[in-house]
Amino acid sequence: MSDFNANFWSVWVAAITLAGIIGCAVLLWVTAKTKVPSHSDNTTGHVWDEDLSELNNPMPRWWMWLFVITIIFGLLYLVAYPGLGSYEGQLKWTTRGEHAAEMKQAEADLAPLYAQFTAKKVEDLAGDANAKAIGERLFMNNCAQCHGSDARGSKGFPSLADKDWLHGGTPDKIIETITKGRNGAMPPMAAAVGSADDVKNVANYVLSLSGAPHDSLRAQLGKPKFAACAACHGADGKGNQAVGAPNLADNTWLHGYGEQAIVNMINTGKTNVMPAQEAKLTEAQIRVLAAYVWGLSNIKSP
Amino acid sequence: MKVIPIVPLADDEGEMQSLYEAQKKIYPRSVTGRFAWWRWAFVWLTQVIFYGLPWLEWGHRQAVLFDLEARRFYIFGFVLYPQDFIYLTALLVISALSLFLFTAVAGRLWCGFACPQTVYTEMFLWIERKVEGDRTARMKLDSQPMSMEKLVKKWFKHILWGALAMWTGFTFVGYFTPIRELGLEFLQTRMGGWEVFWVLFYAAATYGNAGFLREQVCKYMCPYARFQSAMFDKDTLVVGYDVARGEPRGARSRKADIKQLQLGHCVDCSLCVQVCPTGIDIREGLQYECIGCAACVDVCDGVMDKMGYPRGLIRFSTQNAIKRGWTRREIWGHILRPRVLIYTAVLGALCLAVAFSLAMRTPLKVDVVRDRAALSRIVEGGKLENVYRLQIMNATERPQIYRIGAEGLQGIAVASETEVSVGPAESRWVAVRLQIPYGSAAPGSHPIYFRIGAASGDAHVSEKSVFLVPR
Repeated sequence: MSDFNANFWSVWVAAITLAGIIGCAVLLWVTAKTKVPSHSDNTTGHVWDEDLSELNNPMPRWWMWLFVITIIFGLLYLVAYPGLGSYEGQLKWTTRGEHAAEMKQAEADLAPLYAQFTAKKVEDLAGDANAKAIGERLFMNNCAQCHGSDARGSKGFPSLADKDWLHGGTPDKIIETITKGRNGAMPPMAAAVGSADDVKNVANYVLSLSGAPHDSLRAQLGKPKFAACAACHGADGKGNQAVGAPNLADNTWLHGYGEQAIVNMINTGKTNVMPAQEAKLTEAQIRVLAAYVWGLSNIKSP
Repeated sequence: MKVIPIVPLADDEGEMQSLYEAQKKIYPRSVTGRFAWWRWAFVWLTQVIFYGLPWLEWGHRQAVLFDLEARRFYIFGFVLYPQDFIYLTALLVISALSLFLFTAVAGRLWCGFACPQTVYTEMFLWIERKVEGDRTARMKLDSQPMSMEKLVKKWFKHILWGALAMWTGFTFVGYFTPIRELGLEFLQTRMGGWEVFWVLFYAAATYGNAGFLREQVCKYMCPYARFQSAMFDKDTLVVGYDVARGEPRGARSRKADIKQLQLGHCVDCSLCVQVCPTGIDIREGLQYECIGCAACVDVCDGVMDKMGYPRGLIRFSTQNAIKRGWTRREIWGHILRPRVLIYTAVLGALCLAVAFSLAMRTPLKVDVVRDRAALSRIVEGGKLENVYRLQIMNATERPQIYRIGAEGLQGIAVASETEVSVGPAESRWVAVRLQIPYGSAAPGSHPIYFRIGAASGDAHVSEKSVFLVPR
């Protein structure tokens, strides 16, 4: 990994660095060798602006040795650590490596804590105050960006705090969702449904499923056309968790409520992604998270 | 461009000299007297506080503890959070202004009496004197070749120095880790790596500064020493030698008639040079090395007493007063100068402000952070909902229950839990949902206020935020 796109710049930077250090050393050597005449009035003999004379206050010699030490330190540092162009340094130290080592250390430190959690059933874990607090913090750092701080989601991002699950709300299913992620895909169905008018009719039929305000005549006409949708959403529109098809007969409107929103959905379809977290979180962390999420809708908060 | 010519002075070139000078070891002679008493009083005062404070208990914890890991700072009855950083700022500003004020009035008082560099040097010197003897004995010992006696004395001195330095380092770390636990860990030899490192680091710094560097710190390294001269004026009290009274100097017997000998009061005993911790001769006038410790004043007063001359040949006085022969009353009359008045006014105002602010401090803090992903949503029951995260910081040492409310919009209500319990000296993030009836407010953002109060007691805070209504 080098930040230089040409070898020349690497050499250039290294040369400037070394020239600077050597320059300091030369300057130090010259001043250490220099002798100046002393004067009886303890000045250097220089006068500026008619009456401003410079007192002779030489530096202490140990200060010079400090400079020497810094030069030696600088050279040793450049041997050990990256600093000279693209030279890696003898210790092969990188920020990335340090981060990895720190993460590993943190995981090792936390292992005994998580070991108590992995031994428990997720349902019991959800009631454990300690696990809940950790789960909450994990959620805030990794999930709240989409699902909201209160886990109630927003348009396009499912609420995790209700009883309505797209892919299943058992602890195992939640763990699976977090670990592997999910792909929710609804293809554009306008062609399968029929004309634009048919689409509108189906939308009204969908609204009628949950008892929402709708045009009952259009809903009647749309009912047979719903067959195109039934493959995923079921004949009664109650959804299918095996394919992640939402329940259309309840009051949850993930992608917007109303005739127009449903028409748009039928016309254009939707791809909704929950990213897989297995690369970011450990298995134990996912377990604690799943317990927290499961607890949101299954445990009455005290 | 104007060329500024450098004109050499009188051409009296002496021997050639290097740009660096070797350190000449200074052997300050012990001194007793008024100012020495004050200096020891300050040594005791500052060190009793420094070494003693960590051992004080306050309820079930150390009275003064800076817990960096938990980011809580316990100072007697107060629990301070990093959010209280302003108090540290105020403390530093007050310290700086005090330094300005004292310096303007009485020169380098801080340097000579209260600075840790002076105080620890004084303590280390005391040990050195007890082991090796006073100035002449120490000089003799150093010039001797190595002998059994010298080896034992030197070793003994360094062991005592090392013990004091280690104790200092241990105490310092005890401000950041509970000192009783630290002591136990030390006794059971299971101190943490970092704790050991910092104890050794501060021990080494104390040992090096007070044992070896001493006046070199004041002369070459200290930034305060450099800029304190900028606060001096001709009416600042400094240690000064009364040239008119002292010159021409010279040795004489006590009975001699100085009028006849045409001598001043200075007997040229050079004691003032021998006691000086920075090794200067005060009779050459005010010098930047002088730290205003007044050791020379004490020792010269002693000589004057012996000779039967009045005290104060070397004294705390101002440059104006020495030049014009002012009385003490005239010196006092010049104390109230603009710079002194301004420093005093600003310092007084700031101290009052800090005291007032600490007295009125609410032991509760709240930060409100709007959720950025979910701007607003329509929920069941025809309500419009916004989500916020509140960081509730309990600055008391009891578990507290806080009630959350909101106002600023018609019909605004907290839809989530309105009561939150937070442990002692803990902070907690809670998600809070606010709802208004749909359509009751125009689209856009509306200012609202969170009102958070402790269920027991009277800690109340109000935090501003906004409620978004979608178009």
